[in-house]
Amino acid sequence: MSTKSVSKLKAKRALNGKREKYILKLFVAGISPNSIRAIENINVICEEHLKGKYELEVIDIYQQPSLALKEEIITIPVLIKKFPLPEARLIGDLSDAKIVLKELRLG
Amino acid sequence: MTKGNKTMADFKFPKSPTGIEGLDVITNGGIPKNRPTLLLGNTGCGKTIMAMEFLINGIVTFNEPAVFMAFEEQTDELVLNVKSLGFDLAKHVANNKIYLEHVKISKNEMVDTGKYDIEGLFVRLGRAIDKVKAKRVVLDSLDTLFYSLDYQTLRMEFKRLLSWLKERKVTAIITAEIGDSFLTRHGLEEYVVDCVIALDNRVTNQISTRRLRIIKYRGSLHGNNEYPFLVDEKGITVLPVIPEAFDQKSNTKRISSGIENLDEMLGKKGFYAGSSILISGTAGTGKTSVAASFAYSVCKAKKTCLFAAFEEAPNQIIRNMRSIGINLDPLVKSGILTFYYSRPTLQNLELHFIAIRKIIDKIKPTVVVLDPITNLMTEGPNSDIRSMLTRFVDFLKTQQITVMFTAAITVGSIERNPSDEGISSMVDTWMMVQDIEVDAQRTRSLCVMKSRGMVHSTDVRRFKISNKGIALLPIMIDTEEPRSVSKRSTREHENLSTSKESIGLKETAR
Repeated sequence: MSTKSVSKLKAKRALNGKREKYILKLFVAGISPNSIRAIENINVICEEHLKGKYELEVIDIYQQPSLALKEEIITIPVLIKKFPLPEARLIGDLSDAKIVLKELRLG
Repeated sequence: MTKGNKTMADFKFPKSPTGIEGLDVITNGGIPKNRPTLLLGNTGCGKTIMAMEFLINGIVTFNEPAVFMAFEEQTDELVLNVKSLGFDLAKHVANNKIYLEHVKISKNEMVDTGKYDIEGLFVRLGRAIDKVKAKRVVLDSLDTLFYSLDYQTLRMEFKRLLSWLKERKVTAIITAEIGDSFLTRHGLEEYVVDCVIALDNRVTNQISTRRLRIIKYRGSLHGNNEYPFLVDEKGITVLPVIPEAFDQKSNTKRISSGIENLDEMLGKKGFYAGSSILISGTAGTGKTSVAASFAYSVCKAKKTCLFAAFEEAPNQIIRNMRSIGINLDPLVKSGILTFYYSRPTLQNLELHFIAIRKIIDKIKPTVVVLDPITNLMTEGPNSDIRSMLTRFVDFLKTQQITVMFTAAITVGSIERNPSDEGISSMVDTWMMVQDIEVDAQRTRSLCVMKSRGMVHSTDVRRFKISNKGIALLPIMIDTEEPRSVSKRSTREHENLSTSKESIGLKETAR
């Protein structure tokens, strides 16, 4: 897959320049189907494109409802890209990998 | 079927009183308890205020803590905005009686990547409810929230929100805009909500009137009409009409009109206490004088009276009435007579009536005088005025307050439409003051057109205003012989002389 290798290269280049990790937060709601799918999808994407270069935190809003308020969460699941800036929000179960990669500037 | 029948018979619909004046009357006790109610209306209709008053009343009157989720306004803005209505939100927040949360919605920062729901909102709402142990919840407004969602999700999540609220056993108000919203466009509220209330702000003749209507109330009786409502410094007041009329009591007590001879005409005793009286007549016939002498006699009998003036300023009325021997000044000073004065064009009709109603609640008068109601006719279409007056009279009757209106009519309209736009049909006693011609003199006259439930005189009396007050005299008092005879004889005489003359003229012409 040539596109994938290109995007991997791009990501590597971007990261090498700054030597910083991607900081991602995924907000889910317990074990709802959307949440489980989202967790699976983001793990695949991160392992494929950002191996070793990311920190992913999965937050269950049932367990930490105050974080939902702090981060202004309404829709679930939602992935927040904290770093690199600008901050970005991706709502949904992340099954559209194309859009996810584009928004994470990996595509 | 049997199950249904059983619940129908034994079940009394649980309701949560809003504490909003009038609204609980229309809804027969409030909005559905532990269920969501949809409050629809365009921008500036008073949705937020109404929802907020529901919460505040819940806290103050019914000891039910509340949650307000604001999608539009910041919480500090909200506190400030409702402060002008006398709601001390900050105090209730400090006492943990209300929890305000601003929910930021920003569509453009978000990208859809697949399926999602609004569980985040539920979690926040749940947390908020737990925080203050809320029984009442407001979501304001749905449009802002759903603007960020696609239609499929919206539909599903709206239903889920409603059942979630029911599960949590909170009485909720969800506000939404009419027309521009996803909601009404797709008719969502039609089948998923138990109670739908619509607010409206209409401008007729440059005066805006807010109205409220209950579109739907599953499982309960409710008023079907549009009811005007008012937002003032004390919050919302809805003016219902029908329910109050039901518990009218009829009174057999009588109250003097303040004019001795007039009492005589009214079955020798005067008006019924708690009835409505109309005095109509052309300009300058003495309507205000009759009204003032009534008010004067009521006050002299140590009973409070409210005089609502729409034409003359109170001090002008006091001055003018002094000239006919009625000194109102000391009565005003002692507080037994209260004046309400406002130019009709100053505000809309509802506002006048509600303002008067508030004074009534405060001073509890025995008698209310409205002088003249025809001046209010300039405000809004006549049908509105009639319905407003009907409501007002109904209200006064339930309070057992005697009310006297004066109505100015033009000379021509007496023949054409003597009933003053149909007002006379809703009053109990109707008197007409008129200028009539007696022996080539303009004379004030008064007659009782109708007076329900009493034997009244059918005479036309001469109506004399002097510096000693008002007196009613028989028309023929000044003439020696009966008037009909004298008039006829003079006329016959005139006719004879003119015919003679004309014959003479004809003869000379020949």
